[in-house]
Amino acid sequence: MSTVGDAWEYLTTWENWTGTAGLTRPTFDGGWRFANDSIIALGIEHLYMTAAAVAIAAAIALPLGVYLGHVRRGAFLTVLISNVSRAMPTLALLTLFAASAIGFGNRAVIIAAAIFAFPPILTNAFTGMADVDPDVRDAATGQGMTRFQVATRVELPLAVPLIAAGLRTSAVQTVATVPLAALVAGGGLGVIINTGIATQRYGQVLAGGIIVATLSMVVDALLGRLQRRVTPAPLRASSRVAS
Amino acid sequence: MSVAPDNPWLSWDYLERNGSEVWLYGTQHLHVTLQAVGIAVLIALPLAMLARQVRWLSGPILGISGVLYTIPSFALFALLAPFTGIGRTTVLIGLVAYALLVLVRNMVVGLEGVDPDVVDAARGLGYGRIRLLLSVELPNALPSMVAGLRLATVSTVALVTVGVVVGYGGLGQLMFRGLQSDYRAQIATASLLCLALALVLDLLIVLAARLAMPWVRRRTS
Repeated sequence: MSTVGDAWEYLTTWENWTGTAGLTRPTFDGGWRFANDSIIALGIEHLYMTAAAVAIAAAIALPLGVYLGHVRRGAFLTVLISNVSRAMPTLALLTLFAASAIGFGNRAVIIAAAIFAFPPILTNAFTGMADVDPDVRDAATGQGMTRFQVATRVELPLAVPLIAAGLRTSAVQTVATVPLAALVAGGGLGVIINTGIATQRYGQVLAGGIIVATLSMVVDALLGRLQRRVTPAPLRASSRVAS
Repeated sequence: MSVAPDNPWLSWDYLERNGSEVWLYGTQHLHVTLQAVGIAVLIALPLAMLARQVRWLSGPILGISGVLYTIPSFALFALLAPFTGIGRTTVLIGLVAYALLVLVRNMVVGLEGVDPDVVDAARGLGYGRIRLLLSVELPNALPSMVAGLRLATVSTVALVTVGVVVGYGGLGQLMFRGLQSDYRAQIATASLLCLALALVLDLLIVLAARLAMPWVRRRTS
């Protein structure tokens, strides 16, 4: 089929990876942006947006989830947040933000992606802390540990596998969300697909789909490895944690 | 920009003037969701039962569905569009694929989680494999299946909007056009309707599940 041929040609043309004039372009206000015609530049931008979104989400969700899990309050709240975020279409948030004061472009996308990255981190941090065996907590308290010590030296290490799983889920999901940025004039790898559809170059569309799908699988696999590594050795045997 | 026209997020006027269009896209959204989830259930059920009967298949089925689930929806529509064209078919195939992954996963997990003692008891009573599956294992796995169905339905409602990529996104179409013409009321109305649709469908499934599983209600209340 010629579409597959076109996709192959797109992927094997070196210029499509490096761009016709380097990885960056000057903007009118003297700054720079990532070049639109380079897979590498768009990929870097994609990863940057993902990292920014997950970092923002983690900065808020991790302390909150760990604290709520430690005091075992707010289970209802975490469930509610994750349910509502599942029902909320990404496109809805993106378009709402883009049409609001936040405006078009990457900032709106990063904020929207951060909101969707939030629930998995929160839920897993909460569950990880709250589900620590009460006997273990009791034993720690019995040894004279303070509440803070119980939280940081007993509960947190035991919660690490779940917290890592939450971060992984969240990151992979964000990698998958960021392509939608192309619809609201943002960057990232979605641009390849969007441009392809707009110009009816379906080979390019297919190539973009392959690139994005590959990237998310690679990120998933890498983070899966990382997740295993940060899991304390004694907990690894039962590392089939729900993600 | 000097004289900014009034551009409210919520406007009754918008609904009055464009009610028929909102209704059109809303029903399109609903139809595509129901169709996708329906087809996915019809495919997932035999697959899950097959995985239950042929044990060595359950590993690969769960593994493959996990890997496929990491493919972003935007990319999936892009992968399909060159072959299935632009429009309803592509969106439907993509939605069915995602719903299928969620459903099969939950069904297999549900079937595997059935208490072995219960299965043993039924076998001791002389139940054959098929009868065991239909009248013991399936009802016992129902809570997990319902959980999967809820998840699949709610995420399908949200996913339909990504169909704008190929020009068939239901309410997403309204959001996207609202964005292009900077019409806030259109975006906000479509977003709220989307949320409402997901919540209503979720509620309907919960109610139906309560009716179908009187024993669960008795246990929890």
